[in-house]
Amino acid sequence: MNAHLQPTGSAYFIAKETQVAESHTLSVLVDNEPGVLARVIGLFSGRGYNIESLTVSETEHEAHLSRITIVTRGTPSVLEQIKSQLERIVPVHRVVDLTVRARMLGQERPVEREVALVKVAGSGELRAETLRLADAFQAKVVDATVDHFIFEITGKSSKVDQFVAIMKPLGLTEVCRTGIAAMNRGPQGM
Amino acid sequence: MSGTENQMTGAEIVIQALKDNGVKHIFGYPGGAVLPIYDEIFQQDDIQHILVRHEQGAGHMAEGYARSTGKVGVMLVTSGPGATNAVTPLQDALMDSIPLVCITGQVPTTLIGSDAFQECDTVGITRPCTKHNWLVKDVNDLARIIHEAFRVAQSGRPGPVVVDIPKDVQFATGTYTPPDAAPIQKSYQPKTTGDAGQIAAAVSLMKSARRPIIYSGGGVVNSGPEAARLLRELVEITGFPITSTLMGLGAYPASGKNWLGMLGMHGSYEANMAMHDCDVMVCIGARFDDRITGRLNAFSPNSKKIHIDIDPSSINKNVRVDVPILGDVGAVLEDMVRQWRAAAKDFDKAGLSDWWTSIARWRARNSFAYKPSDEVIMPQYAIQRLYELTRDRDTYITTEVGQHQMWAAQFYGFEQPNRWMTSGGLGTMGYGFPAAIGVQVAHPDSLVVDIAGDASIQMCIQEMSCAVQHNLPVKIFILNNQYMGMVRQWQQLLHGNRLSNSYTEAMPDFVKLAEAYGGVGIACDKPGDLDAAIQEMIDVKRPVIFDCRVANLANCFPMIPSGKAHNEMLLPDEATDEAVANAIDAKGRQLV
Repeated sequence: MNAHLQPTGSAYFIAKETQVAESHTLSVLVDNEPGVLARVIGLFSGRGYNIESLTVSETEHEAHLSRITIVTRGTPSVLEQIKSQLERIVPVHRVVDLTVRARMLGQERPVEREVALVKVAGSGELRAETLRLADAFQAKVVDATVDHFIFEITGKSSKVDQFVAIMKPLGLTEVCRTGIAAMNRGPQGM
Repeated sequence: MSGTENQMTGAEIVIQALKDNGVKHIFGYPGGAVLPIYDEIFQQDDIQHILVRHEQGAGHMAEGYARSTGKVGVMLVTSGPGATNAVTPLQDALMDSIPLVCITGQVPTTLIGSDAFQECDTVGITRPCTKHNWLVKDVNDLARIIHEAFRVAQSGRPGPVVVDIPKDVQFATGTYTPPDAAPIQKSYQPKTTGDAGQIAAAVSLMKSARRPIIYSGGGVVNSGPEAARLLRELVEITGFPITSTLMGLGAYPASGKNWLGMLGMHGSYEANMAMHDCDVMVCIGARFDDRITGRLNAFSPNSKKIHIDIDPSSINKNVRVDVPILGDVGAVLEDMVRQWRAAAKDFDKAGLSDWWTSIARWRARNSFAYKPSDEVIMPQYAIQRLYELTRDRDTYITTEVGQHQMWAAQFYGFEQPNRWMTSGGLGTMGYGFPAAIGVQVAHPDSLVVDIAGDASIQMCIQEMSCAVQHNLPVKIFILNNQYMGMVRQWQQLLHGNRLSNSYTEAMPDFVKLAEAYGGVGIACDKPGDLDAAIQEMIDVKRPVIFDCRVANLANCFPMIPSGKAHNEMLLPDEATDEAVANAIDAKGRQLV
């Protein structure tokens, strides 16, 4: 009996994934009540979905509605499943896949913007270079001493990435980013 | 809606809200954080409280109660360990879509977060295992939340909900709002009627079918008796063959002429072959579970698929379908039957005769066959005898989880929905006995039998004490083979017959155990004595543990081994020791 040579198996059927993953931006309109964010992100961790960026804020105070913007990565069927799973959550009103909607509207992407606060410390001639580059990125100085600047920069994530990278050799000490705020182009609401 | 006449304490509000939602029975266990509610229970007679011995038991009882009645099951437990013990039945109810309202006590609001005695983050712990949950911080929200809990639990795809009530909220006085005056959460409005265009597309696809099959599931049972009636009507007017998941048994009668038996891993050969070879599949209230589909990329490769489900996340989750219909099974079937009658007058059932010929050929393989014995009781034989001796009675069957569960599904014929309670999704050992108690509470004059295994029954055996206390004459029919049979079967298949910890060396004397609890114990180990012993069990009007000693090494066939497709079943007559050891080939192991 060469039983011990047999590789072990599993009681489950596990198939290889053949689809290609892509990043999508989802807008989720929810009742602003305790635990609602935990429900949404718990769904992502519990079912093994990715979160690349997450932004939450109350958008309609009177109606107690909050808007959650999630950038997630998955295959088309996983993305469809994420949307359906989100819609099952009781305090969720609507889920819109902004990326899919943009494509349906004949657009490349939804409008996606991020705000970052970037602190750069340094003195001497580097400061002039720092300010020149910040100006080129249309970053605003929101705080400064002779030893540092805090810049506020708004734009696509790639622009913020680039700005942060450029500031690195110039004395970058701290970065805080909001995550992506997004909506579709055109006159219609979500 | 305010006024002094509606002023009550939180504990009074709980009882009033339960009464106003039609609750007659609750299953629970007291403790410090729910004492005010228990004090109110003591002072009224409208709601009967069933005292359990472990909170898990309360949950499964509420599940059994819900499944056999179609009503919401209610459980009441205390904070901390009371709530954590409720987690297993909550997840069980979530996976099998059972409406359950679980009320938990919580430490006073002022102590939340302080690691107080018997404190746990109940809403945090139960968030992923409920459809929704609430922590009530203001007594004036309590009535609305309980009414909403009942609405959420039983509408749409049913499921469990938790209402966590801190002790100070139970003592506080607030306004009671009756159910019809309470506002509802607008974000939750499940869609029940199916899209007429999609139903028309489905009907036209069904008309064109030459090798159709209906694959129905627990959604038909959940939708209510009308859905089961419509399913039978649809089968009748189309002449299609029908199979069902474990959860859906009874929606179409096992004696019906179009019945193929259960499908899936331990389903019948004809059901699985028909699923594999069909050209049109009509999935009604089922969810393409992995125990059903086998290897996904070989699942019914040449069929167009129609899927009726109330839960959008069930559609296209595991298997992509051609015609999705979102809605309640009952509502959709009503439209579908009407459209079929109008559009398919010219449909010729005779066109399906080749298909039925193939099915007859598969059926002739007699895939549930087993080798009978005069010496030992074969487990399949035990179920067959139980079926024959109880089929003409008002009988409800529950099961635990394992080989006995599959044999019960294969050999017990269910004629009606809501008669079969089993843990399908979560596969909870210990489910069946408390579930049977819940069924017996709802149907005190019916015969309720928990078909059990010797291992499973020991997981919630303490509820014997509950059954005896409340005079609930539940019958536990143990197929005792001294093994965790299904674990052993997988060890034989996948782990070189190394039977690691699947043999129970110290088995209790079940007859003495029954007597110790104040019940009746019966043992039987001879096929010739079985009928009389079963009859004795039926005739006793007290809780019974029936220790049915069966062949120790019998395995459950037919079976779709790992990594195999529906048409690669292992049939009982082929299941030699060698075939079992080699059932999963090298290629299959790559897949698993």
